[in-house]
Amino acid sequence: MTLSALILIPFFGGLLCWLSERLGAGVPRWIALITMSLVLAIGVNLWLTGDYSSVAGTGGLNWQVEEQYSWIPLLGVSIHFGIDGLSLVMVLLTGLLGVVAVGCSWKEINKNVGAFHMNLLWSLAGVLGVFLALDMMLFFFFWEMMLIPVYFLIALWGSSAHNGAVRVKAATKFFIYTQVGGLVMLVGILALVVVNYKATGQITFAYETLLNTHKLMSQELQFILMLCFFIGFAVKLPIVPVHAWLPDAHAEAPTAGSVDLAGILLKTAGYGMLRFTLPFFPDASQEFANTAMLLGVFGIFYGAFLAFVQTDIKRLIAYTSISHMGFVLIGIYSGNLLTLQGLAIQMLAHGLCAGGLFILAGQLYERLGTRDMREMGGLWARFTYLPPLLMFFAAALLGIPGTANFIGEFLILLGAFKVVPVLTIIATASLVLAGVYSLILIHRTLFGQPTSEQKLAELSAREISLVVSLAVILLVIGFYPQPLLNVSVDAMTFIQQTYAPADVSVPLPIGGAASPVAP
Amino acid sequence: MNFLYLTFLFPAIGFLLLATLRTRLSENLAAVIGVGSIGLSALTTVYVGIDFLNNVEQGGKYVQTLWTWMHVGDFNASFGLHLDGLSLTMLGVITGVGFFIHLFASWYMRGEAGYERFFSYMNLFVASMVLLVLGDNLGLLYLGWEGVGLCSYLLIGFYYSDRANGEAAIKAFTVTRVGDVFMAIGIFIIFQQLGTLDIQQILVLAPQKWSEGDPMVVAASLMLLGGAVGKSAQLPLQTWLADAMAGPTPVSALIHAATMVTAGVYLIARTHTVFELAPDVLLLVGVVGAITLLIAGFSALVQTDIKRVLAYSTMSQIGYMFLALGVGAWDAAIFHLMTHAFFKALLFLSAGAVIIACHHEQNIFKMGGLWKKIPFVYACFLVGGGALAAFPFLTVGFFSKDAILLQAYASGHTNLFWAGLVGAFFTSIYTFRLIFIVFHGEEKTHAHSIHGFSYWLPLGVLLVLSTFVGSFIHQPLEGVLPAFTSATLEESKHFVEILAIATGLIGLAFAFVFFWGERRIAKSISESGLGRLLSPVLRDGCGFDWLYNWLFVKPYLFIAAINRHDAIAKLFDLIPSLAKLGNSAMSVTENGRVRWYATSIALGAVLVLGAVLVLQVTFTH
Repeated sequence: MTLSALILIPFFGGLLCWLSERLGAGVPRWIALITMSLVLAIGVNLWLTGDYSSVAGTGGLNWQVEEQYSWIPLLGVSIHFGIDGLSLVMVLLTGLLGVVAVGCSWKEINKNVGAFHMNLLWSLAGVLGVFLALDMMLFFFFWEMMLIPVYFLIALWGSSAHNGAVRVKAATKFFIYTQVGGLVMLVGILALVVVNYKATGQITFAYETLLNTHKLMSQELQFILMLCFFIGFAVKLPIVPVHAWLPDAHAEAPTAGSVDLAGILLKTAGYGMLRFTLPFFPDASQEFANTAMLLGVFGIFYGAFLAFVQTDIKRLIAYTSISHMGFVLIGIYSGNLLTLQGLAIQMLAHGLCAGGLFILAGQLYERLGTRDMREMGGLWARFTYLPPLLMFFAAALLGIPGTANFIGEFLILLGAFKVVPVLTIIATASLVLAGVYSLILIHRTLFGQPTSEQKLAELSAREISLVVSLAVILLVIGFYPQPLLNVSVDAMTFIQQTYAPADVSVPLPIGGAASPVAP
Repeated sequence: MNFLYLTFLFPAIGFLLLATLRTRLSENLAAVIGVGSIGLSALTTVYVGIDFLNNVEQGGKYVQTLWTWMHVGDFNASFGLHLDGLSLTMLGVITGVGFFIHLFASWYMRGEAGYERFFSYMNLFVASMVLLVLGDNLGLLYLGWEGVGLCSYLLIGFYYSDRANGEAAIKAFTVTRVGDVFMAIGIFIIFQQLGTLDIQQILVLAPQKWSEGDPMVVAASLMLLGGAVGKSAQLPLQTWLADAMAGPTPVSALIHAATMVTAGVYLIARTHTVFELAPDVLLLVGVVGAITLLIAGFSALVQTDIKRVLAYSTMSQIGYMFLALGVGAWDAAIFHLMTHAFFKALLFLSAGAVIIACHHEQNIFKMGGLWKKIPFVYACFLVGGGALAAFPFLTVGFFSKDAILLQAYASGHTNLFWAGLVGAFFTSIYTFRLIFIVFHGEEKTHAHSIHGFSYWLPLGVLLVLSTFVGSFIHQPLEGVLPAFTSATLEESKHFVEILAIATGLIGLAFAFVFFWGERRIAKSISESGLGRLLSPVLRDGCGFDWLYNWLFVKPYLFIAAINRHDAIAKLFDLIPSLAKLGNSAMSVTENGRVRWYATSIALGAVLVLGAVLVLQVTFTH
């Protein structure tokens, strides 16, 4: 029941929030907080009770908890959940950022508080479903389910800076992009099931059965289906050139929406690529690897240049996300244990770091009434605690060692260098640009003559504790990432073994001098 | 030795206390925490050092593994500390000189806004720097490496209200990060080739894996050199150091003179085996040092800001260390690193005292005749400057620079030797130029005298260390770094010594003629055609800023500007526009006129029939 509970708790919690609004605006907030804390607690409990590195080396699947209920037997669809190290890392991130998202909306959201929290919790429930589903139909159900509440979060509770039309447009853009991506992926899922049915006469959406389907189809078909999955996830990650929804959505979303989007929703795409694209279509992915990594490197630079010129602080952070997602692609498609393990840390770190930055941007907006950095400046003088915290997260953003971000990027680059040295060198050079966009954020907001001598309202204990807890976690992972690496090791070993770069006999054309990686 | 970890833990705790308590601390309490943590760290270093020297045999080491940092597959990096003669020397300089600079800073910064913020950064810096020199693997070294870079950024931009300081800080961080990228690539190459990042294992494995001049070892050492020149402000990544003087003066003393900028020297010495396998790259290290020391020496001649003179002299002195590394004079390089830390810290702190005495004036031509007002600072400046110019026998700088010049000569790299000698000549001129202009001649400002225990104690200690007394400090480098060997070492000793002394004295004489009193000759030169042409170029660091501006900054801004509206995103916005266009085109057809509908039905019928006909014909054939 544990895994179903992980999804049902936020679902019913959300319902309760909505119903309880008439008792007062504070009630839904507390219910949401308790709900997400419960989710986090269950996640931590799963971590403490499970053994996620027990099959290390064998490369087998390691579901620590598994649940299955009948749903549509006729189509071979069942409600099937399972959790391994990779899922667990994502569940922990969701639980943590869920608590943070509720916390940072405490004062920001004042209209329809109940409905807001219902949407927030339902989107989180959808995300948790995505991370736990082991049935492709179930997975797709959750994949679509998590979008709708986010649409409402942006359209109804978004930025009040412009008139409502702007935020509705941003929400619609977000919705259409991800819907189209989802549709393409649905085609891929159905085709995969049909191929399996034709070959074996058994109709099923079960993850573990479909893992073997790639042996039953031609190379061309495998490549096309792989592309279907890839496009579906690429829109969500997002990868340049299909990234256009992200800056708009972030700029218009409420703080909790941005935290939710950057911290958790984007991670479903990285998770999906690791869980589905690579193991379902190992050969086609291998064939596609260079293209994907080129896209990744292009995205890193594209996002970095655009981040630099933004004047809206939330758009700047959004573009840095796009830049960081390039590292995710490189990590996935280099596909050795170092990059994959680095990826687990990187996705976590990016979620926490972007979350922290968006919260700080929200706090600035609450106090200054603008997100335009040209109207900021000299903020060192006007706050006590906000500037050092902003400085910390900017340092984490540029990957300063001692933070989790460094561990992720370092492992990804260290591992990728064995596979694609030239591309890795180019990607490493982007660290300079990361420094520039992070520091320009600091420069524009904190440096210069203060626009006014007046002190701004200091951060409250609630606000400080939210951001500081994120910072502390980033630091702890930065200095002692091993416990987390031990959690994801089995899941990542499995993915690495199925992807099996060791079998690549032809050297990759990009930077071909490298020797193939030992398994 | 078990307490080794305390050397970085104390400053780290100091940082955390200062950063969290912030404005709740009084100035005095902040100073006690900020200075005290470094003091405790220095005491620990003394204790550990004595223990180490008594209990570990020569060339030995002590390793303290604290925890497993990252372990993925066959990659294993521990959070481990490695103490040997080299890191002990560095540790002593960092905590020892660092403590006195902190003490001085507690006086210098008094009354400034952000007093506790200043000390929190300084403590974080010392913690990072200690990790840099104690880290037993390249990953941990990189952690300290980037950490000190961040602290350098924070401290250069300490006076935040002037955006120019922020820009100088970004420049420093970005330029050194270019070096860091090279270093990261070097680390990747080493890991890919040797399968480990543990420094001691690398030193053992490198000669087994690579033969001399192997392309991979050349690449790896080149990349490491790239990191070193970035951090140590050597050509071609030297441009940030002069601007870094925007930070408070104790910062310039600690970070941009005594410790952080010597990290590149430490890195090369630490990985010396790798460099020895790539002799061409090692020679390049020496050449880079020689060119830098000459260029920086020229630039220092025409600076008008007291701190910028010292900044260029720092570049130039680190150039000497690189030169020494390049000719294989490992011990001499580290010796000069230590003595430089003493006398340059002394000079910067004295400069700070001068600046305070002159009410925050930094232009040397607005000072003058200060020796009567602040005689103690004058004495400090004389000794420090003497050491910088390698004044014979009385100063510590003479012994270390003489060792470098001697070994450069004996190693057979005579070009490098002559470059070093010419550099020494210029060092002597610009040093005494500075002293003559600032302390002699007519008084131009009303300077006030200064007092305070935390002001004279650090200066006094550094003053003593900068005299010949400092040369008695023995560095336990035997067995850690390869000893310098040359057949001609003994016979060339007197020749080089006499030449070096003569050069220094001639330089002093030149400075006297040019810059004493009215400075008529110097003025006439600077007002001549050539002087007008050259001095602005030299003052701005020989045009490197201009070049990099055109090569990198402007193209970067250009690319960023042309795509500021995200062209790819705009491209996708065309799709809804197209849909709207189609919509309006189609709605034209729905105009409600019966004639139009009849015509379109008829035309449509003809079109469909025609199509059917064409298909029929093509398929029957």
